[in-house]
Amino acid sequence: MITVSNLSHEAGGARILSDVSVEIPSGGITALIGPNGAGKSTLLHCLAGLIRPAAGAVYIDDAPVLLLADRDRARAVALLQQSQTIVNRLTVRELVGFGRWPHHQGRPGPEDARLTQAALETFELDQMADRPLETLSGGQRQRAQVAMVWAQSTPWLLLDEPLNALDPKYARDLMHRLHELTRPGPEARSVVVVLHDINAAATWADRVVAMKDGRIHASGESAEILAPGVLGELYETRFDVLDHEGRPVVVSR
Amino acid sequence: MRPWVAWALLLGALSAVSLCVGATSIFTGELDAGWILAISRFPRTAAALLTGVGLALAGVVVQQSVQNRMVEPSLIGTPEAAMLGLLAITLLAPGAAIVTKMSVAAVAALLGMGVFLAVARAIPRHDPMLLPIIGLIYGGILFSSSIWIAWTTDLMQYLGTWRLGEFSGVMQGRYEMLWIVAIVAVLLYAIADRITLLGFGEAQARSLGLNYAQTRGIGLAAVAVITAVIVVTVGYLPFVGLLAPNIVSRWRGDNLRANLPVVAAFGAASVLSADILGRVLRPPYEIPAGTIFAVFGACVFLWMLNARPARRAHG
Repeated sequence: MITVSNLSHEAGGARILSDVSVEIPSGGITALIGPNGAGKSTLLHCLAGLIRPAAGAVYIDDAPVLLLADRDRARAVALLQQSQTIVNRLTVRELVGFGRWPHHQGRPGPEDARLTQAALETFELDQMADRPLETLSGGQRQRAQVAMVWAQSTPWLLLDEPLNALDPKYARDLMHRLHELTRPGPEARSVVVVLHDINAAATWADRVVAMKDGRIHASGESAEILAPGVLGELYETRFDVLDHEGRPVVVSR
Repeated sequence: MRPWVAWALLLGALSAVSLCVGATSIFTGELDAGWILAISRFPRTAAALLTGVGLALAGVVVQQSVQNRMVEPSLIGTPEAAMLGLLAITLLAPGAAIVTKMSVAAVAALLGMGVFLAVARAIPRHDPMLLPIIGLIYGGILFSSSIWIAWTTDLMQYLGTWRLGEFSGVMQGRYEMLWIVAIVAVLLYAIADRITLLGFGEAQARSLGLNYAQTRGIGLAAVAVITAVIVVTVGYLPFVGLLAPNIVSRWRGDNLRANLPVVAAFGAASVLSADILGRVLRPPYEIPAGTIFAVFGACVFLWMLNARPARRAHG
């Protein structure tokens, strides 16, 4: 479980997070939604221990994330920033291999090669493993970056708007894969993902945390959060929620 | 043939040419060939190779540290800061040992980069050319301060030798400090993975467990030492740090664990070639290697600007 208690943060005199407290249970996919500027990315970076907040604390499985050594933190939680930040010219295999870095710190062993290969196969990148990243499409590159943080083998995976560069097919494939990989089992992981597409959240997320103006607006099971009332207040626009084969579909009016 | 064998052969061949070519022939027997080789030709060849290695590596580290391929130390004011430090120590303690002068230059170079990085935080990243342009202006400000100080204190001559790299004055006993570059190169190779990770950007690199601030500090200290040693012993050569990493990256990518030796070898081969060219173009006169590199490098730089590959894939 990730526990966030009384987190506040400001940057450049502007308040970005105000007294945020929330609990994210292990397992499954938790979607972080909310309007632009709600503080979703900042919260994600706080969860990853990459920002020292002005007040409050984040506990990953009961350990205060800021007190973890760099290497231990990188074995507990992996963050993928918004897409297209990595401009290094690497092959897909080299990039994914860097996900193993916190485990080998420069001296990769057979286990690292095996888990790199496993991550390549999990995200169907083994056919293009030795191609340079810059020759791939945006969707393939995004998949390679997700495979990198997957290879990090952390219990927690934090993804910041991973669907941004993706067309509907790739977006669906990625969420579907994450959904399968987070189902209960011995190797199940927990994913926290920032999404702008409410319907992606409706389809794939087990839980939703809705943020607005640096505060938690609502959090809970997807079905109770993705309702016209909550969404209407969150985005200040009117929504209908329809039922499509037992699955909610959100339409703005 | 394995790549490293090819590089060894190329560097060996260039070194052999460098040992044989010069104003005095070693084949006519007028002078003791062994003596000339020992006090002049060998030191000169080694100096050119070490300078090339150092400048190329300094270029890679700076590029990864600021996540921008269009920079090298002379495009972020590093040698200019080192020269300012050298002027200061020359004025304050004219008789100081060369090691002291070099140390002061290295500290000044590090400070200079620190100030530039603080300025660079405020520069928007969307246009990669903005950073080197601001860096040029910054270096220009530092250099004109140096000119003003040197002018008023009659030290212009020094400034000229620090600014324009050339190897004609390299002799036994005057270049050995450059071997520090070899030591720094080994250190950088030991942390090659970490330098690659710097290029991922601070948040992503830290998320992968890298101690980002420490790694960048070590990298930039290495750049400062390399720059200071080169400025003090042979003078700075522009463009090497820009060209070697960029050409190698286009051809073999950015995984520095595999590529750092290639970048170093490329830098060494190109600086030595420029020096040999400078010796044979107008004998018995010499054209400084720095001049040759500036002309040649500027042409390749222009080509790079036009052939700049797309930074993001679409689709």
